[in-house]
Amino acid sequence: MEDILEILENNSKIDAEQIAAMTGKSIDEIKATIDKYEQENIILKYNTLINWEKTNKEVVTALIEVKVTPQRGEGFDKVADRIYRYPQVKACYLMSGGFDLTVILEGKSMKEVALFVAEKLAPLDSVLSTSTHFVLKKYKDKGTIFEGKQKDDREAVVL
Amino acid sequence: MNMSDMISPLVKNIPPSGIRKFFDLVNEMKDAISLSIGEPDFVTPWTVREAGIYSLEKGHTHYSPNAGFMELRKEICNYLKRRYGLSYNPEKEVVVTVGGSEGIDIALRSLVSQGDEVIIPEPSFVSYKPCAVFTGATPVIINLRDEDEFRLTPELLEKAITDKTKVLILPFPNNPTGAIMTREDLEKIVEVIKNRDIIVISDEIYSELTYSGEHVSIASFPEMKDKTLVINGFSKAYAMTGWRLGYACGHPDLIEAMYKVHQYAIMCSPTTAQYAAVEALKNADDEVKSMVKEYNRRRRVLVDGFRDAGLDCFEPLGAFYVFPCIKSTGMSSSDFCEKLLIEEKVAVVPGTAFGDCGEGFVRVCYSRSMDNIIEAIKRIKRFVERNKN
Repeated sequence: MEDILEILENNSKIDAEQIAAMTGKSIDEIKATIDKYEQENIILKYNTLINWEKTNKEVVTALIEVKVTPQRGEGFDKVADRIYRYPQVKACYLMSGGFDLTVILEGKSMKEVALFVAEKLAPLDSVLSTSTHFVLKKYKDKGTIFEGKQKDDREAVVL
Repeated sequence: MNMSDMISPLVKNIPPSGIRKFFDLVNEMKDAISLSIGEPDFVTPWTVREAGIYSLEKGHTHYSPNAGFMELRKEICNYLKRRYGLSYNPEKEVVVTVGGSEGIDIALRSLVSQGDEVIIPEPSFVSYKPCAVFTGATPVIINLRDEDEFRLTPELLEKAITDKTKVLILPFPNNPTGAIMTREDLEKIVEVIKNRDIIVISDEIYSELTYSGEHVSIASFPEMKDKTLVINGFSKAYAMTGWRLGYACGHPDLIEAMYKVHQYAIMCSPTTAQYAAVEALKNADDEVKSMVKEYNRRRRVLVDGFRDAGLDCFEPLGAFYVFPCIKSTGMSSSDFCEKLLIEEKVAVVPGTAFGDCGEGFVRVCYSRSMDNIIEAIKRIKRFVERNKN
């Protein structure tokens, strides 16, 4: 039934009836499975991917490399928890390699993001250092190319 | 001089494509949803395109060996072994062609001439008959039947065989019906053929696109190995139609003969495409799988949709076509298609384009995005409802 998840991950607007047709299962079965996935937090949320650059809304995105000291008994989870609770933090991952946490931050301006890092993130006890990288252009996100080819340019060849 | 008198009768007597007019109409209607185009909507996987681009950057812009690069022929043999259990020698039993189409042409030119008969099951791909006719041979048509789900049965085959039969074309998974031949179906065909001097040209261009277990090649029957020429290619599996690359594998004597025709007519297949094809065979299995998965979803939606609309539709288990029966509407195939295009702006192809026995059916190709397919089905339902007999 992972097929259902793949279908929904690609297009969450598709309804149970269509998924049933696509997978060859009954509508009831699909509905029950989706309910179960929602209850078990396997399906967390139905999102929409938006190209904000085409709108008037000002959005600045930054990727911040954070080095932290893990805490006894808690590892990295506790400090991560303190960070990801801020609504400005859109994503937070524990990393292998040269730093510990990747924090994806969104704000209205570079200043806002920089202030958040300076006032909220850097002063945390366990945070050793931060390194902020601003996103200049999004080419591709969630497997989708932003300026991808949309038009079907196939010719009507005689078979 | 009347130019028309100068044209060879072999060519002149081939009737012009009956659906040319229909396609012109489709081309004019830019906003129609076309489920008529028999090629993948996917773009060639990036890793494959990138390999082609890199070969150009390196300046690999010359001819390749006539039979194709040895590396590619080796990869083709590895692939056929891995996927279908077929063993071929890359030195003597493989020729790389300009699409599967060239393979069909040069195979027939190497095998048959005036007086020979070529058995062609229909409905099927439009090239077999003309290619047979161009050699001077006589095509013998088998009309496949809806009640057999358009599979070739031993009874139908037996009836078509005469002393003059030299070649059987076996076009499965099938364009336009989506029919496949299972191992059991093939066993019965093998029984008919195995003690006769008949060569099977097995056109397996859709071999990757099957939806109920793996494709079985007739060449995998030991008694058929030497009597079968396998035609395959990159167009459908790897979404590489425009690269024009295919191959043929079979008995070394037949391949040698085909090589002769190929070498004088074509010289060699496109070099860039061959570099890309090596990458396709080595590193695109996952991409093929995910395309097949998506085709399968669309296939189910279409079959479901047609049945829901009240049309008979057998379950096609291969290629990317659905072949519903439209007889219940009382319309002919071409009327159905023309009316559907004009009234609902959905283009599908009359079954008659693929043989007379395609009357009463239409070919619906699901190489189109799911959104388009869902919308098209909605319109087709509306159309059928309105035109109920």
